[in-house]
Amino acid sequence: MFKTVIRRAGKCAAVAAAGLMMMSAQAAEPIKIGSFLSVTGPASFLGDPELKTLEMYVEKINEEGGVLGRQLELIHYDDVGNASSARNFASRLIRSDQVDIIVGGSTTGATMAAVPLIEQAQVPFISLAGAVVITDPVKKWVFKTPQTDRMAAERILTDMKDRGITKFGLISGTGGFGSSGRTQTLEVAEQMGMEVVADVTYSGSDTDMTAQLTNIRNTSGVEAVLNFGFGQGPAIVTRNYAQLGMELPFYQSHGVASDSFLELAGSSADGLRLPASPLLVPDSLPDSDPQKEVVQNYKAEYEARWDSKVSTFGAYAYDGLMLAVRAMEEAGSTDPEAVRNALESIQGYVGVTGVFNMSPEDHNGLDPESFRILEVQNGEWKLIN
Amino acid sequence: MLNTFMQSRLRGLVVLALILIILPAFLGNPFHYELVTQMAIIAATVVGLNLLVGFAGQISLGHAGFFGLGAYFTGIATGTYGWSSVPALVVGAIVVGFIAWIVGRPILRLKGHYLSMATLAVGFIIAIILNNERALTGGPDGMPVPAFEVFGWQLSAFGSYSLFGIEIEGFQAWYIFASAVLLVAVWFALNLIESPIGRALRSVHGSEVAASVVGVNTAKYKSLVFVISAIYASLMGSLYAHFQGFITPAVASFEFSILFITMVVLGGMGSTFGVILGAVVLKLLPQVLADFQELEHVMFGLILMLTMIFMPKGLLPTLTAFVSKRMRKKAGGEA
Repeated sequence: MFKTVIRRAGKCAAVAAAGLMMMSAQAAEPIKIGSFLSVTGPASFLGDPELKTLEMYVEKINEEGGVLGRQLELIHYDDVGNASSARNFASRLIRSDQVDIIVGGSTTGATMAAVPLIEQAQVPFISLAGAVVITDPVKKWVFKTPQTDRMAAERILTDMKDRGITKFGLISGTGGFGSSGRTQTLEVAEQMGMEVVADVTYSGSDTDMTAQLTNIRNTSGVEAVLNFGFGQGPAIVTRNYAQLGMELPFYQSHGVASDSFLELAGSSADGLRLPASPLLVPDSLPDSDPQKEVVQNYKAEYEARWDSKVSTFGAYAYDGLMLAVRAMEEAGSTDPEAVRNALESIQGYVGVTGVFNMSPEDHNGLDPESFRILEVQNGEWKLIN
Repeated sequence: MLNTFMQSRLRGLVVLALILIILPAFLGNPFHYELVTQMAIIAATVVGLNLLVGFAGQISLGHAGFFGLGAYFTGIATGTYGWSSVPALVVGAIVVGFIAWIVGRPILRLKGHYLSMATLAVGFIIAIILNNERALTGGPDGMPVPAFEVFGWQLSAFGSYSLFGIEIEGFQAWYIFASAVLLVAVWFALNLIESPIGRALRSVHGSEVAASVVGVNTAKYKSLVFVISAIYASLMGSLYAHFQGFITPAVASFEFSILFITMVVLGGMGSTFGVILGAVVLKLLPQVLADFQELEHVMFGLILMLTMIFMPKGLLPTLTAFVSKRMRKKAGGEA
C-alpha cells in the first residue's frame, strides 16, 4: 500500500518535472526573425551586406542574452532579386516557419510582391527597399528603414535651390530605381516651383551616355544636371560628363553613395554632390550629432567582423533589426498586433540611417534631413551639410 | 471493359486526377498548397508549350512573353479599369492569340528554326514594354492584381469558403481550382493530339516534306498550334496574376521562357504527362535548394546537360521505357 503511494507520488513528480521542463522549453523557444534578401544575383550588392549585418547582430544580441529573455533565431532565404521567389519565400516564412517578424526585401519589386501576402497574414514586416510606394499609402503591417526616393529628390532639389538653381536637366536609368526616382523628381520639382528643362533616360546596358548629356547641354536655360540611377550607369554618366567638359553643377542620387562608385568614376567624380547616409563620413560628423556614435560603432563592428568595407545598404538591415528588437521589448511579447503597435509608436530611435519617428501616418519615420549632402573632393567624400 | 478504358487516352488523365485528389493528404501547411497551386498553373502552361515543341517540332523562346502579357492584361484590366476577371482573361487571350498569329503566320511558312528567333525577339519586346510603360504597368517594380472574381464572387487565397457544406480555406479553394484547370488543359491537349490536327502536326514533326506531299498544309497547322500554345500561356498568365496578387516584368523575362523550355525538355518532349513532371521538378528545385541558393543555377544547368546526354527523350518517357523493359524481361524469364 505504502509502496503504491510512493510509486504514484514518484509518477506525479515525474509528470510534473516533465511538464516544467516543457514549460521552460517553451519559454526558451527562440524568437523567429524571418528574412528574404537578394543575397546573390543582380541585386547582391544590397542583399549581401544586409544578410551579413543581420547575422552578426543576431549573434551579438544572443550573446548579450537575447530579447525578452529569449534567443533570436534568424531564418533567411535568398530571392536572387526575383520578385516571385521573394513572394514564395515570404509565404514560406509566414506559413511554414511561422516567424514572428520579417525584416527583409532588398528591392522594391521583392518587397511589393510580398506585401499583399503579408498584409493578409498580419505579420509585422520591416522592408529594406527604397521606393516611396512601400509606405505611401501607409499599409498597416509594412514599415521600412531606408529613406524614400522622394526624400532624396527633395534633399537634392533643396540644395539646388540654396545655390540659386531653378532649371535643371534630368538623366535617369530605366531600371526600377531610376524610373521611380525620375517620377518623384518630376513631382517634387513641380511642387518646389523648379523646372526640369531636359528629361532623358538610358537603359542599364548602355555603355555611353554622351548623346543624352549633349542633349542636356544644348538645352537652353539648363543650370544643373541630376542623374538618378544605380549600378554601372551613373559611373559612366559621370565619366562622360567630365569628358564633355561640362561645367554645370552635377548631382547624383543616393543610389551610388558608396566607395565603389568613387573607384569606378575616378577623378571625373570631383565636384559632384549627392545625398547620402552619414555612414560615408562618420568622422566628419560634428560631435553634437546624435548619430555619430551609432554610425561609428556600426562601421567599426562590421568591418572588424567581415573584413570588408561597410555599406549603406547593410545599415538599413541594422536599423530594421534594431527597430524590430525595440518594438518587441516595448510590446513585452511577440504578439503580432502588439509588436506592430509598438513599431508604429517608436519615437526618437537613433539609427545609422537617421533618427526614426514612426506614426500611424508615417511608417518610415525619417525626414529628408537624415540625408547628408556630400561633395566629392579629390576623390573623397566631404560633408557639405 | 475496364481494360479498354485503361488503354484509352483517358488513362493518364484519370491517374493525374487521382494524384491531385490524394495529394492534399501530404500537404502540411498553406505554403505547400500554394506551391502546388503554382505548379499546376505552370504545368498547364507547359502542356500548351509542349503542343508546339513536342508535336509541331517548333521552339518558342518567348513563351514567358505571352504568359506575362496575359498576366499584365488581367492586372491592368481588372486592377486599373475594374473589369471582371473572366472577360479580362478571355480578351487577353484573344489579344495574345492574335499577336502570336501575326508573328507566326509569315515565319512558319519557312522551314527551320526561324520561329525561335522571332519568338525570342517578341519576348524581349514584351518584357521591355512592360518595364518601360510605367504609367500602365507600374514599371520594373510591378503592380498589384485583385483577387479572381466571377459575378461578384471572389476567389482569394486568403478567404474561406463553403463547398458542398464543407468549410475550406482560400488556399485550398485555389488548389481545387488550379487542379481543375490543369485537368481541363491536359484533356484539351490530349484530344487535340488525337484529332486530325494532331496527326497532321506529328507528320510535320516527322518530316515536313513528307507531310506536305500527302497534302498537309504545314504552315497552317504550325501557326494554328503556335496560336493555341500562346493562348494557353496567356490564360495561365492571367490566373497566375490573380493567384500571386502581385506581378513584376520578371514573369515575361527571357529566363522564364528558358525555364518553360527546360521543363518541356526535362519532362519529355511530346509527353503531356512528362512535361507536368518537368514543371514539378523545376518548380520544386528552388525550394529544396533554399539553403544553397548559389547552387541553383549550377543544378539547373547540370539537370539540362544530364537530361540531354542520358535521357534525350526526357524524364517520364525514359522511366516508362525502363519500367516496361524490366516488366517484359521478368515476364520473359517466367515463361
